[in-house]
Amino acid sequence: MQVTFKIWRQEGPKDKGAIRAYEVDGLTEDMSFLEALDHLNELLVLKDEKVIAFEYDCREGICGQCGVFINGRAHGPHDNMTTCQLHMRSFKDGDTIVVEPWRAASFPVIKDLIVDRSAFDRIIEQGAFISAKTGTAPEANAIPIPKEVSDRAMDAAACIGCGACVATCKNSSAALFTSAKINHLNGLPQGHAEEHKRVAEMTYQMEIEGFGSCTFTGACEVECPEGISIINIAEMNARVTKSKVLG
Amino acid sequence: MKLDAKIPEGKLQDKWQNYQVKSQLINPANKKKLNVIVVGSGLSGAGAASTLAELGYDIKCFCYQDSARRAHSVAAQGGINAAKNYQHDGDSVWRMFYDTLKGGDFRSREANTYRLAELSAPLIDHYVQQGVPFAREYGGTLVNRSFGGVQVQRTFYARGQTGQQLLMAAYSQLYKMVRAKKVEMFPRSEMLDLVVIDGKAKGIIVRDLVTGALKRYAADAVVLATGGYSRVFRLSTLAIGCNGSALWKAHKKGAFFGAPSFTQIHPTALPQSSEAQSKLTLMSESLRNDGRIWVPKQKDDPRKANDIPEEERDYYLERRYPSFGNLAPRDIASRAAKERIDAGFGVGRLKNAVYLDFKHAIERFGLETIKDRYGNLFKMYKKITGIDAYKEPMQISPAAHFSMGGLWVDYELMTTVPGLYAIGECNFSDHGANRLGANSLLQASVDGYFILPNTINNYLANEIKADHPTIEHPAFDKAEQEVKSNIERVLAINGTKTVDHFHRELGKVMWQECAMSRNKAGLEKAIQQIKEIRNAFWSAVKVTGDSNELNTELEKALRLADFIELGILMCTDALERDESCGAHFREEYQTEEGEAVRVDEAYSYVSAWEYDSGDFKLHKEALEFEFVKPSVRSYK
Ligand SMILES: Cc1cc2nc3c(=O)[nH]c(=O)nc-3n(C[C@H](O)[C@H](O)[C@H](O)COP(=O)(O)OP(=O)(O)OC[C@H]3O[C@@H](n4cnc5c(N)ncnc54)[C@H](O)[C@@H]3O)c2cc1C
Ligand code: SF4
Ligand code: FES
Repeated sequence: MQVTFKIWRQEGPKDKGAIRAYEVDGLTEDMSFLEALDHLNELLVLKDEKVIAFEYDCREGICGQCGVFINGRAHGPHDNMTTCQLHMRSFKDGDTIVVEPWRAASFPVIKDLIVDRSAFDRIIEQGAFISAKTGTAPEANAIPIPKEVSDRAMDAAACIGCGACVATCKNSSAALFTSAKINHLNGLPQGHAEEHKRVAEMTYQMEIEGFGSCTFTGACEVECPEGISIINIAEMNARVTKSKVLG
Repeated sequence: MKLDAKIPEGKLQDKWQNYQVKSQLINPANKKKLNVIVVGSGLSGAGAASTLAELGYDIKCFCYQDSARRAHSVAAQGGINAAKNYQHDGDSVWRMFYDTLKGGDFRSREANTYRLAELSAPLIDHYVQQGVPFAREYGGTLVNRSFGGVQVQRTFYARGQTGQQLLMAAYSQLYKMVRAKKVEMFPRSEMLDLVVIDGKAKGIIVRDLVTGALKRYAADAVVLATGGYSRVFRLSTLAIGCNGSALWKAHKKGAFFGAPSFTQIHPTALPQSSEAQSKLTLMSESLRNDGRIWVPKQKDDPRKANDIPEEERDYYLERRYPSFGNLAPRDIASRAAKERIDAGFGVGRLKNAVYLDFKHAIERFGLETIKDRYGNLFKMYKKITGIDAYKEPMQISPAAHFSMGGLWVDYELMTTVPGLYAIGECNFSDHGANRLGANSLLQASVDGYFILPNTINNYLANEIKADHPTIEHPAFDKAEQEVKSNIERVLAINGTKTVDHFHRELGKVMWQECAMSRNKAGLEKAIQQIKEIRNAFWSAVKVTGDSNELNTELEKALRLADFIELGILMCTDALERDESCGAHFREEYQTEEGEAVRVDEAYSYVSAWEYDSGDFKLHKEALEFEFVKPSVRSYK
């Protein structure tokens, strides 16, 4: 299988980037998309060129480190899938595949396809935790948590922090990411003690980081590999109001 | 040097208590003056960093990913064990201890293994308190399931994402302490050397992966929590960045390496489908609760799985191990699969797989129940293979998965370098020659949250008055210079082959000779071959780009250079052990039915290897079984 990759190359954060084309042969349908880029990188090395910098770690859709725009879509042509889970069988022989980094002011490009998502860590830092110290826990079954409550918390907690929601949003909003975390913790009895503070501080940090506001286009939930629903955002907004009244 | 495991006095049940009573304490004012470096942000690293910070120490924590949240603990699917006996099925700390010791084929310490089981129940309490959404019954209590090698239900899980959920809790707690300014977090930072001053671990050299700058960090103690090194096989269930470099550098600076060759090959991964493949995806062992493993009775059967009638299927695990069946421990299940595949009964395009079939489970429990239990695993399977496993069986195959081996540590989790600790998967401690499923999230977590924070004080209490190290010390100059020359040397070769080329070569040799089954001639040959790969690497590798920039090729090259040396040690270790135990199966030591033959008279010890200028010297820590009698491990 042969394709033409058109890939964003950018030396560093301050440099100007540009798309460059690479024709790559010798691919197979069983290869993952990232393996195809590995293959291209090996060819580049042998041609004495610098490799394309792109991110990944687990390569099984759970660490959230991979993530690029492929033909204009976050994580490629399928809904709810990470870049590392995409396989070349999703493309045809002779296709042109345009690959770009996440585009969002709060995710500056570091090099080529790699962006800086540390803003997410800073949102987490502002209260995405339960302030209990190691060694202070009561017996686990002491607080019964109904299955539906636990399942809903799990649905929200599944976020892998990839940033596709931000990248795909025309406002570069981090509402899906932030709401998922807030609803995970605030939805559980363990998280209640700090619920209002958490909502206020995490959403405030979201603004400081320069993420845009959510206008409910729903684009994010289509790309989210974990299928986090935008209902989470509505729920977060309700919690914000509540925290202003009660917090 | 005589190895002292520092096992406390007393009955098994009292040892940990006795240890804590005698261990030295440090008052809060003094803790503030002490700095600890934690390399790694997985369950063990994040757990240790946050808990030590809560206790008052100043912590610097490092990881190579862009965020602490991506440590490979995130990938664990199946679950975490604890002796809670919530299912009222006869579980207890003792039973869990015994299962773990037996699962490890009596090649671990009784005292460590017991402590692991003892601390398991409070750990579940801890994680629930931190907001982990474990699976629940309708009535609100916690659910359990079984994992391989045991007959009770003691595994807790959060859908198929247990590791992710535990790591999110650990990462949150870590960032709580970042916010409290007690932890400084350094992502995109790779440890490339350990700094030892007057025989004690006092710092590390790190490469900033964004700018390429080498940086020095000093501390009163160094904790390695860098995870498993099974990427030495290249194809494995580990993340691409997982490496053995931190361990290897520590080993070269004096830390003994314990049982390096003990590697778990997981029976249920997705088979390799091409040369270009970069990793193997695990399908959780929990699937073996309901899935049945089989191959056709006829060699090269051309029929589709669903067209093969029941009587022509060989459910070989149920046949060979009737009492454990599909839940036989991993090493046994993997070897049994290899045996069938090698004998020509493999299925799939490359005939390198076996079937894992849910037909009967769906008939019995209904589709909805199976979806509820494993929905996301079936989804993942479909994404990768394009196949709907509700309709036809999955194809699975063994893959390198977990390092039981690691830096040798004593009961306090300290290595042979004073002040250097190893926690989580990177140490050799509790799992012996084979780890039971769902025991390592547990081990990584208790090491980090509960054990290290109660043992490190015993060392640090004496460091309060000692000189606090500074990065101007000549030992830092020397270590940094060594790292720098190593990088320059790699870049200067400018050869004709890529890093991946050499990694594939290494992987092939390791998989062929040092994985599921091993023999003397093969291992001797492997050592020679790896030495040749090492020479070829150092004369013909080509790495483009510079050292002072983000350079993923260079990162790979440095990791591979260490893997190559580690590979030699692994084969040396496997060659030395003339017996079969757990995952270490030496073909010369087996019964007529192909079961492992352990040789307790000669090999009831932990091998601990000392680095000796390019060579390795063996030390032995004798394993004494005071409380249980090692039995022949049978799952028949
Ligand atoms: C696919 C998969 C599924 C699994 N499923 C289960 C399961 O269901 N149940 C179970 O009990 N166990 C399971 N395991 C095993 C278990 O997940 C691991 O053993 C455990 O999570 C390891 O935790 P850790 O803290 O030791 O290391 P990790 O979580 O791997 O963390 C290592 C850390 O070290 C850092 N690091 C590494 N090298 C360097 C360096 N040179 N410099 C700086 N930082 C470095 C990394 O950045 C990372 O932060 C599974 C393992 C895999 C691979
Ligand atoms: S909400 Fe979804 S898309 Fe956004 S970071 Fe989390 S997993 Fe990625
Ligand atoms: S590489 Fe981990 S999610 Fe894609």
